[in-house]
Amino acid sequence: MVTLGGHIKETGSTTKTKTGGWRTFKPVIHMDKCVDCGCCWIFCPDMSILRKDGEYSVDLEYCKGCGICSRECPTGAIEMVLEEK
Amino acid sequence: MKVAVDVPSYVKCRQSCRASMSAVRCWRFKRNVKDVSEEELFAPGHRGCAGCGCTVAMRLALKASGKNTIATHATGCMEVVSSPYPETAWRIPWIHVAFENSAAVASGVEAALKALGKKDKVNVIAFGGDGGTVDIGFQALSGAMERGHDLTYICYDNEAYMNTGVQRSGSTPFGAATTTSPVGAVSLGNDRPKKDLPAIVAAHGVGYVATASVAFPLDYYEKVKRAIAHKGPSYIHVHSSCPPGWGIPSEKSIEILRLAVDTGMWVLYEIVDGKGRITYKPATKHPVEEYLKVQKRFRHLDDETIAKIQESIDKRWSELFED
Repeated sequence: MVTLGGHIKETGSTTKTKTGGWRTFKPVIHMDKCVDCGCCWIFCPDMSILRKDGEYSVDLEYCKGCGICSRECPTGAIEMVLEEK
Repeated sequence: MKVAVDVPSYVKCRQSCRASMSAVRCWRFKRNVKDVSEEELFAPGHRGCAGCGCTVAMRLALKASGKNTIATHATGCMEVVSSPYPETAWRIPWIHVAFENSAAVASGVEAALKALGKKDKVNVIAFGGDGGTVDIGFQALSGAMERGHDLTYICYDNEAYMNTGVQRSGSTPFGAATTTSPVGAVSLGNDRPKKDLPAIVAAHGVGYVATASVAFPLDYYEKVKRAIAHKGPSYIHVHSSCPPGWGIPSEKSIEILRLAVDTGMWVLYEIVDGKGRITYKPATKHPVEEYLKVQKRFRHLDDETIAKIQESIDKRWSELFED
């Protein structure tokens, strides 16, 4: 039910919508070339580059495949690969 | 200028070396990507276009201000994509207000917090797009700045009303084609120069005014931190890209923003208590053609108009960088 003020009580609830379906190309990270600079992580508009203890992975549930990470990677460690359904 | 970086020397940058360093390490503020907060207060699943630069601006602002923040947001791209009812991308208290009164509502929130004795613990940020700040929200912004509320106003500037289908705003640069300044036999696009809003806000005597760019995330992050720490009103104008509105490929979103700074179309500076300083000086000045030719909105410009734009940039460049 819509409240009088149009409140949304649950924060961060857009996570229910998986925007990964928008994607044409998906990023593939080659960790052997990665220098842990964090460029892909800081520029990702969809919070889809996950960084933990120097290891990087892609959250394909939300990645829209824009390709910023691949373009901004200084070592070319991220490759954009055509998504096969 | 020599820049110290943590990246090993064998790393060869695919674009220009210095450009990526701006992200890896901010030479001016001695910050590193690892100093940036890991906490994501802007949730994924928002409906922003692929390659949206404005979302990065929102995300970094929230990282800098932390979870003890109340935000107000004027109608605009980031409001529409982040709050498709009944969902919200925000993990902080957030109020969507009308197009014109983001600053006014933030003033009210700040006054209420003060009355409750909680202002010291909570940051208040008002967000607005360039339309909601430069044109429609201007009187509310001017009022909030003049009254001296302890709030930070962040304007993400994508240089037109992108959310409604690329109509020209006061912040649209000279020569840009939009749906309300189309290109044709008698028109070369927007025929008016961009309104210099940071200068207008600075003229209110605001203690902290800064310009930033999403392509320089550490510089922007530090500026948001300083704006929030500043007692009294503060203002940040952050240049953000719009792939569909500018007519650029989504992967070049950040690269083109960086070109805007490298060509002198956008200058990064801050004004603290009336004293201005440039926070980033491009090592080499690129011709403005490099920035204009890659965007569909500027593609129609002839050599004569480009020379005119270059001339105005050269004038500003010599005023700012060569003393």
